[in-house]
Amino acid sequence: MTGGEIRPSRLRWWWLAGALAVLVAAGLASILLGAADLDARSVGAAFLDRLPFVSVDSGLDERQAAILWQLRLPRVVLGGIVGAALAVSGGAYQGSFRNPLADPYLLGVAAGAGLGATVAIGYESALPAMGFELLPLFAFVGGVVGVVATYVLGSSVRAGRTPVTLILAGVAVAAFLTAVQTYLLQRNAETLREVYGWILGRLSTVGWSDVRLSLPYVLISSIVILAGARLLDVLSVGDDEAATLGVRPPRVRLVLVVAATLGTAAAVAVAGLIGFVGIIVPHTIRIVFGPSYRIVLPLSLIFGAAFLIVADLLARTIAAPAEIPIGVVTAFFGAPFFAVVLRSSRGLGS
Amino acid sequence: MTRSIRALVAVIVMVAASCGPARSADDATTIAPPTTAETTTIAPIGNDGFPVTIDAPHGPVTIEARPERIISLSPTSTEVLFAVGAGDQVVAVDDQSNYPASAPVSDLTGFEPNLEAIAAYEADLVVLMYDPGDVIAGLSAIGIPVIEHPAAATLADAYRQIEEIGVATGHQEEAGELVVAMRDAIEDVVAGADVAGTTYYHEISPELYSLTSVTFAGALYDMFGLENIADAADADGWGYPQLSAEHILAEDPGIIFLADVRCCGQDAAAVSSRPGWDTLQAVQSGAIAELDDDIASRWGPRVVDFVETIAAAVAGSP
Repeated sequence: MTGGEIRPSRLRWWWLAGALAVLVAAGLASILLGAADLDARSVGAAFLDRLPFVSVDSGLDERQAAILWQLRLPRVVLGGIVGAALAVSGGAYQGSFRNPLADPYLLGVAAGAGLGATVAIGYESALPAMGFELLPLFAFVGGVVGVVATYVLGSSVRAGRTPVTLILAGVAVAAFLTAVQTYLLQRNAETLREVYGWILGRLSTVGWSDVRLSLPYVLISSIVILAGARLLDVLSVGDDEAATLGVRPPRVRLVLVVAATLGTAAAVAVAGLIGFVGIIVPHTIRIVFGPSYRIVLPLSLIFGAAFLIVADLLARTIAAPAEIPIGVVTAFFGAPFFAVVLRSSRGLGS
Repeated sequence: MTRSIRALVAVIVMVAASCGPARSADDATTIAPPTTAETTTIAPIGNDGFPVTIDAPHGPVTIEARPERIISLSPTSTEVLFAVGAGDQVVAVDDQSNYPASAPVSDLTGFEPNLEAIAAYEADLVVLMYDPGDVIAGLSAIGIPVIEHPAAATLADAYRQIEEIGVATGHQEEAGELVVAMRDAIEDVVAGADVAGTTYYHEISPELYSLTSVTFAGALYDMFGLENIADAADADGWGYPQLSAEHILAEDPGIIFLADVRCCGQDAAAVSSRPGWDTLQAVQSGAIAELDDDIASRWGPRVVDFVETIAAAVAGSP
């Protein structure tokens, strides 16, 4: 990446303000719309009523209040958390591997997390009781195994290393992990439904407990990644040049990849496999605002949250009162976009 | 990515389809009398009625002699075989066939049937519910007759399958008696139930997949006059929508039927502790029926048990 274009490398405050405005708009629309018909004024009143020293009669009955506070709001919040985590992690992977196509899906992270989840669901009864849910832990370990295997395999190629090499390695690792997962599913057919329900994305049944479970990890991961944005910009000039500038590329890469995997796995553990957010969002921002990671990463965080909130809004309203799996919605928009990215990846990557 | 999503959806469909696919709303709601003559022709030549010929969608299937080495790759068909008295003739059943306990469970799978493994049993009749590719053609080519009994859409379908298995195995009389007994029992139970516009929600998985009135199970609820809250969510008539949790709360069903007890560890306590569900009248009044996943997803003789469970839940609901 030579970064030949003359573009600002600093985040402008009005970009940030605009991004936050988009996020707030997405959140508001998402809170007001849903399968259950809640009157917008009542919803507004219900929020006012929650403010200290304000008492307003919202007119919502007990069940409508439960729909708003226990179903819709946690889902919007979690959608934001998951979207932010996936997008900023995707950006961090792309910077760390200096590969514009790096994405939790293509790096084997998602396949590894899926395998971990399958093991956790299928063998829960055979494993010692730990007093906490095993699925998030197993999904994380699986994700780490996936990305490490991909990186080792991708960097073991001696001649002709290109951005494609890493992706090919990721495809091979993902295929292998998916094969293991399919085998385990065949052996434990009774868990099939539960596992596939999880894989298709399960934002539809989340609650505040999922927010509490994922938020700490996503926060840590995002802070580390955002703090590393400047280092990623330095890395983009090449490892040797970065070393002369006092940066130790292997260490930076390790920290950022671990942070990105932590964020991805936390998101995957509560929301299932949701594809393409990690590639669509950072690339769109690169195209619109410029390639500097000091721009791409913070804006990915915000637009990623907004994107997934809107995608989930579509997933739960297009066919209401039925749901469409969110993975289908993001892939529906993601697959065509990915084709465009591939077509122009020379301009982005080299 | 889209391909893998599509594959996943296909699997969900397949798993859901084992609970009975939707065909047509009209014939799902009527209990037609068994129509043996329509699909099964019997040529009573030779001893004990054999050979017999069965008209199958893939062409006429001729069974030369009373089969003694039957393989069932369908849990429902396994239950039927044993209920009509052909249990002694069964040499192997697939890994999902868990009823009755005496069924000879094997490693065979109904999802991806393996021709060589089936042939190794020297089977003389194979009953399956699903042909993923060329299984029927392959088995027919090596001279093994195959009966395909896909998920029934109606009770009439289920009765027809039972009678066909009776004919194919030399237990026509028992099969006929079984069908009559089932029909009488179901009619009695339904006649004794009193439902006044009660709504219900039938849960297939914790992701809130449900089924509508056009499905086999849905038609059973329909016989009681229960109203299905999932019907509104199934615009294309597929029969297995994933419901929005908001919809379930807003509709406030009178009875909740759980068919994901064994598979996914759901029960009344788990449902009650879901966010917001404590506001539902079914949760507050305890009108949550924990079904046997298997009974609720099969269309064999134990349909009667399912109908009785529905009746008990209806009677217990306020």
